[in-house]
Amino acid sequence: MTFAAIEKPIINVDSIRSLFPVLNRQVKGKPLVYFDNAATTQKPQSVIDALTEYYNGYNANIHRGIHTLAEEATAAFEATRDTVQKFIGAKTREQVIITKGTTEGINLVAYTWGQQNITEGDEILISEMEHHSNIVPWYKLCKEKGAVLKVIPVSDNGELGMEEFEKLLTNKTKLVSIVHVSNALGTVNPVEEIIEKAHAIGAVVLVDGAQSAAHLDIDVEDMDCDFFAFSSHKLFGPTGVGVLYGKKHLLESMPVFNGGGEMIKEVDFDNITYADLPYKFEAGTPNIADTVAFKYAIDFINETGKENIRKHGHDLLEYATSQLQQIEGLKIIGTAKNKVSVISFVVDKIHPQDLGILLDNKGIAVRTGHHCTQPLMKRFGIPGTTRASFAIYNTIEEVDIFISGLQKAIKTLL
Amino acid sequence: MAVEQTIKDVEKEIVEEFGLFDSWDDKYEYIIDLGKKLPLLEDENKLDENKVRGCQSTVWLVADYKEGKVRYKADSDAVIVKGLISMLIRVLSGHTPDEIIHSKLDFINQIGMTSHLAQTRSNGLLSMVKQMKNYALAYKLSTSTNDKNYGYGSPEAKSN
Repeated sequence: MTFAAIEKPIINVDSIRSLFPVLNRQVKGKPLVYFDNAATTQKPQSVIDALTEYYNGYNANIHRGIHTLAEEATAAFEATRDTVQKFIGAKTREQVIITKGTTEGINLVAYTWGQQNITEGDEILISEMEHHSNIVPWYKLCKEKGAVLKVIPVSDNGELGMEEFEKLLTNKTKLVSIVHVSNALGTVNPVEEIIEKAHAIGAVVLVDGAQSAAHLDIDVEDMDCDFFAFSSHKLFGPTGVGVLYGKKHLLESMPVFNGGGEMIKEVDFDNITYADLPYKFEAGTPNIADTVAFKYAIDFINETGKENIRKHGHDLLEYATSQLQQIEGLKIIGTAKNKVSVISFVVDKIHPQDLGILLDNKGIAVRTGHHCTQPLMKRFGIPGTTRASFAIYNTIEEVDIFISGLQKAIKTLL
Repeated sequence: MAVEQTIKDVEKEIVEEFGLFDSWDDKYEYIIDLGKKLPLLEDENKLDENKVRGCQSTVWLVADYKEGKVRYKADSDAVIVKGLISMLIRVLSGHTPDEIIHSKLDFINQIGMTSHLAQTRSNGLLSMVKQMKNYALAYKLSTSTNDKNYGYGSPEAKSN
């Protein structure tokens, strides 16, 4: 009895669902089935309340005000930084830079560290499964500096070619920027191994954690990554907030990013000194309300437990995979051994957009298209996929609704 | 000689047809059916320059101009979009450039397509309408009285 109790996750999906108001709504006259969690997750009441409480109770500009509201707002904003520091295992709070999201975090590194350190003939290594936000900044930097963008290929089952990676890693490689978990395939990449090998030749490693932060235990110290970027909105928090973690010596040596208020120590027309970390990279009034509310999203994850989130996601993934495999003409794209709860597929002779429209007509939200990974779609020779991605509040019953909706859609379309 | 239908007549006809359906399932089934029946576009017309931008799926659209009337042909790799194009072609094909340019196409809203299709997808629908009107405008502005074919490798109709 005791053992069974330990093995079984101690979560009650019904009570978790009750924390997410949007899950009560109907779409096209049917109860919403929200399977687009890899695009963005829904928000629990505590996060929504934190937003209204901030605006109702203590809205003020942070850091410089001496009045009570400014102090309360500053304390709440900085509390999020402390919570994030613990959440990702950063050594100090100064290494947690508040950004707009993963995209801004990656661009920040490209425009500061990249501008300073990449020169002609250098190589930047990314992979074939990168999101456009981890391709475009490096493409632009390479064009500008005369550097070379190299790409680790992806195997037929959606895993990184690790042998090819080692061959591509040379003494010219200055940066490896790699996605931790693929948004289109769900593949979990062996970032620890990549980091170790990249460090052995002196390259810096950025990990795009947009998809991984919600599912995997993140310890940036253990992982030993140089940069780690992720977004609040993919882990039950508000949109418009993200985090860039960096190793201290790198962040300190990097030039500033945006210029403006908050990021300066002293300004003269002929001389400007910049603020210390983390404020050096946080120019202008930040997105205070959403950053404050982000803390409550992390609290929700901590209370639910990442282990439980993973186990539940794994159960849903296994079940959905077994059900999808029984559908004639359906092919799952991305069958890596190590996956999170993301499942992408194509159906013979059917365009993903048609499936998306008909599923939406049944109240089922999935994503269709290229998932901002056009090179990856090209690699698989497809225009796009239909993608279902699960979160802690999804249920086996919802997977059944999805499967029967899908079967009906396929029948209508063929 | 039969009385020719105006654009508004055809729109009204489509709205009436859609009025017969009880559910969105039926409406989609009808649209899918239209998509399947739309004559295929020859491969030589499936050129990059004939693609309509702004759709998640690939849409090719070509037009020709004979005896003062514009006629369209189109194709898509997605069948619902194809059904929607089929309706647009039914409404606009065979009319003069002026009639096409000034058409309001209220039927799209009246059959619930703008509200029912998500914004991103109805943008695709709007891109199609815009492209069809662009063709008509190009024919209207063309000073030559000769018949012309646009979309057959000629990019000049794409002034947007």
